[in-house]
Amino acid sequence: MKASGQKTSGRNQGRSPHIDGKISQLIKSFTLTVLIGLSIMLSPLISASSDTVPLLNVSYDPTRELYQDYNKAFAGYWEAKTHRIVEPRQSHGGSGKQARSVIDGLEADVVTLALAYDIDEIQEKGLIQPGWQKRLPNNSAPYTSTIIFLVRKGNPKEIKDWKDLVKPGVSVITPNPKTSGGARWNYLAAWGYALKENGGDESKAREFVGQLFKNVPVLDSGARGSTTTFVQRGMGDVLLAWENEAYLAINELGKDKFEVVTPSMSILAEPTVAVVDKYVDKHGTREIAEAYLSYLYSDEGQRIVARHYYRPVSKDAATGFKLPELKLFTIEEQFGGWQKAHKTHFVDGGTFDQIYSK
Amino acid sequence: MTNSQYKRRENLTEPVPVQWILAILAILFLGLFLFLPLAAVFSQALAKGFGPYFEALGNPDALAAIRLTLITAAVSVPLNLVFGLAAAWAITKFDFRGKNLLVTMIDLPFSVSPVISGLIFVLIFGLQGWMGPWLNEHSFKIVFAVPGIILATIFVTFPFVARELIPLMEAQGREEEEAALVLGASGLQTFFRVTLPGIREGLVYGVILCNARAMGEFGAVSVVSGHIRGLTNTLPLHVEILYNEYDFTAAFAVASLLAMLALATLAVKSLTQWKRARRPSIEFEEALVR
Repeated sequence: MKASGQKTSGRNQGRSPHIDGKISQLIKSFTLTVLIGLSIMLSPLISASSDTVPLLNVSYDPTRELYQDYNKAFAGYWEAKTHRIVEPRQSHGGSGKQARSVIDGLEADVVTLALAYDIDEIQEKGLIQPGWQKRLPNNSAPYTSTIIFLVRKGNPKEIKDWKDLVKPGVSVITPNPKTSGGARWNYLAAWGYALKENGGDESKAREFVGQLFKNVPVLDSGARGSTTTFVQRGMGDVLLAWENEAYLAINELGKDKFEVVTPSMSILAEPTVAVVDKYVDKHGTREIAEAYLSYLYSDEGQRIVARHYYRPVSKDAATGFKLPELKLFTIEEQFGGWQKAHKTHFVDGGTFDQIYSK
Repeated sequence: MTNSQYKRRENLTEPVPVQWILAILAILFLGLFLFLPLAAVFSQALAKGFGPYFEALGNPDALAAIRLTLITAAVSVPLNLVFGLAAAWAITKFDFRGKNLLVTMIDLPFSVSPVISGLIFVLIFGLQGWMGPWLNEHSFKIVFAVPGIILATIFVTFPFVARELIPLMEAQGREEEEAALVLGASGLQTFFRVTLPGIREGLVYGVILCNARAMGEFGAVSVVSGHIRGLTNTLPLHVEILYNEYDFTAAFAVASLLAMLALATLAVKSLTQWKRARRPSIEFEEALVR
């Protein structure tokens, strides 16, 4: 019995050099991979110095390019002023989704979101002190924007104003108001226009917006998605877009393909910014976070804002980047504020659901 | 004799036109759904030449994404290797109560949408979740940081190794191990000398699949990432960001990295399969010679 056991193990050993060779080959290649991986992992640890202060700005989709520029300018300003190095980091996504992430623990030092409603949501969970909107000038909106149209070159469907969007045969691209902050602005801009045109008749406005959404072939989940649908995939005759998105799309993708149409009136969008109190106190970054936001109101900050086709709040900063004038109505005067507009139009079973399911 | 053999073989196969049609259909399908997109990725990536291509890959944010992807795979694949081996070992070599339940549970990540896989971690470890307040008090960061990304990746990839091994080990049965034990081998000896050599190729294949998914996972990671540039973006997330920034060349350059990973995976996979297929045939020929 014992003898046969030894015999078996002897045979196994006979096979083992072959297996050992393979295993050692495997171990070698694995070690190599790990070493390469480690060297890549460690390289930033070696180069990063300890005095850099990270600052996380959680923002919404269309501000990517704006804050890339602004972060460089602010880092330069802060280093010159305090001799400390700040490293602003960016996170972008749909405004509502980003607010949700901050609520769930994404430790943003500052939030720069599409609408005050989303920052209110963060405040309700106790991460931001009440009254945040009064802490900075102009209701904490360092820049404004509006909703305009992007059409194909030569404007073949002759789209001049909101009323042209409901014509039969016109295909309108806009994202889903359920998920996209920009889409809510689009929707409310159309609604506000119809109210003004019809002397405040809600049922006429509802009919108008219903007609408009009948012309929408696809609802993307975010503003960037819609822009890509219109620009890259070539769908639709007109894109309802943030003013800055429309100009950016033209600059990035060719002036010979699209043109901007500014309607007679539109909604005044006020993207708001706030310091997230709970997280800056945890990180010890309150001073720098507050400086980051107030620098947005400085001449340099306003110039950067204007350069990215936002409307700066300080009028003299806009020289050289003049955007067309149009009548702008606010959400307060037309809809009684975001909370109310949200409850009427965008909750489950709200006006949008009723219009769109028809 | 040879003649009749030849005839029989002919009767067993399809007529030549059918063979051709089937082959052409398969090639067309592959071309349309595999080679064309692949070619598109590489042609877009190199549309502006090699300069911008390597510039896109050398961008600090891209390097950070590559680094994070490698870290994620380096942690989650070995863990899943151990888990998969243990699970397959337990399921195929032992009988216990609740075995079927365990088999079903292992498949769970395949049947759950990746978005849900990510959300469960936000619900558990998020600030409003079960453990969030405690974690926050003790300054542990799980979601919207690297640990969350690794957790989500482990969850999504954990069936791969076990799924690959279970049928293989089941087919092998328990006789060889039982023989080894009877002949006086210890448990570890049995594992390394008897079990492991038999499942090596299956194991390699499982690890490759697991690794490919770990590096390529989008949905679950997207939910727990927080999308902080240079910090919590993996390669697939970085591709999406670049694409949304109209930086198509860079987006496709980074995407080509992932495509090359897929190609390498495919190569290693066919290599192991080729080896696996060759071995029995040699044994068969040896038997014929005898």
